[in-house]
Amino acid sequence: MLGRGKRAVLPQATPRSSGTTRDEQGLLVALRGGEEAAFASLVERYHGSLIRVALAYVSDRSVAEEVVQETWIGVLEGLDRFEGRSSLKTWIFSILTNKAKSRGVRESRHVSFSAIGDPGDDSNEPAVDPSRFVASGFWVDHWASPPHPWDEETPEKRFLTKEGGIYLEKAIQALPPHLRQVLVMRDVEGLGSKEVCGFLEISEANQRVLLHRARAKVRQALERYVNGEIPQP
Amino acid sequence: MTREDLKNQAIDYLAGKVTCKGFTEAVTDYLEGRQSFLLWLRFQMHLGLCLGCRTYLRQMRQTIYTLGRLPEEPVPPAVRDELLRRFRTWKSR
Repeated sequence: MLGRGKRAVLPQATPRSSGTTRDEQGLLVALRGGEEAAFASLVERYHGSLIRVALAYVSDRSVAEEVVQETWIGVLEGLDRFEGRSSLKTWIFSILTNKAKSRGVRESRHVSFSAIGDPGDDSNEPAVDPSRFVASGFWVDHWASPPHPWDEETPEKRFLTKEGGIYLEKAIQALPPHLRQVLVMRDVEGLGSKEVCGFLEISEANQRVLLHRARAKVRQALERYVNGEIPQP
Repeated sequence: MTREDLKNQAIDYLAGKVTCKGFTEAVTDYLEGRQSFLLWLRFQMHLGLCLGCRTYLRQMRQTIYTLGRLPEEPVPPAVRDELLRRFRTWKSR
């Protein structure tokens, strides 16, 4: 069981402290001292995450890999100048998002954030299908068809299986780019709200709207998965 | 107005008009702790009465939990070797 769920999930929602952690400081000293093992462990720790975030910006796999490669080179080039005002993790991701953004612009895949308020955008789409609420009367806007609990199995057993993982990855990839970027950085990679706002150059309020839309869509996708209504690819 | 009326009015005010639809639209603000105390209190009262919204909130937490535990793909050995080669070049700069 997930326990009460709260303890396991809440640390993700709390903002990370800024500045390098003690663990990172040791790593930094080792990196600057040229210890290969330190760099290898840094690569082990973040490479997969960097690929994932890069894929939230550029849809082409090989382009994402190139962006991450460039990021690592950027890390090496900047290592001596890094002052530790942000965490090492945040710094590495800031290099990545800058590279991914300029790459996206070059490939004209990067959608400007000014497009958020456009009428074509789905930011006014409700979190839950309106037909699931009572349409009129005393109980208007209360559940007509409430969600069924997923508690018979833990999220690990239910969703973090091979099949579930593939399905969830697809659901994330299917999100519109801005929603995907916010969701991947906040919920998958556990970056703080402030950092993500900085990377995407958006306000906290805007970020919350995007996160809200993205989470609602992923919840819907998981609900379809639980109900066995998996859309055919 | 009796004491009882006053009490009921106060409860009505505090409880506000929270709907399930309203809760599903505010769940991220709720989880991110970006609400006024009054609104938070109203949601707490609503959650206390509404099983559907408690389930929705729990599913949202399970969704976030699951997202945070998606496995990362391993570093391909060729990529790792290339990066370590770069590191050695950087070291001998």
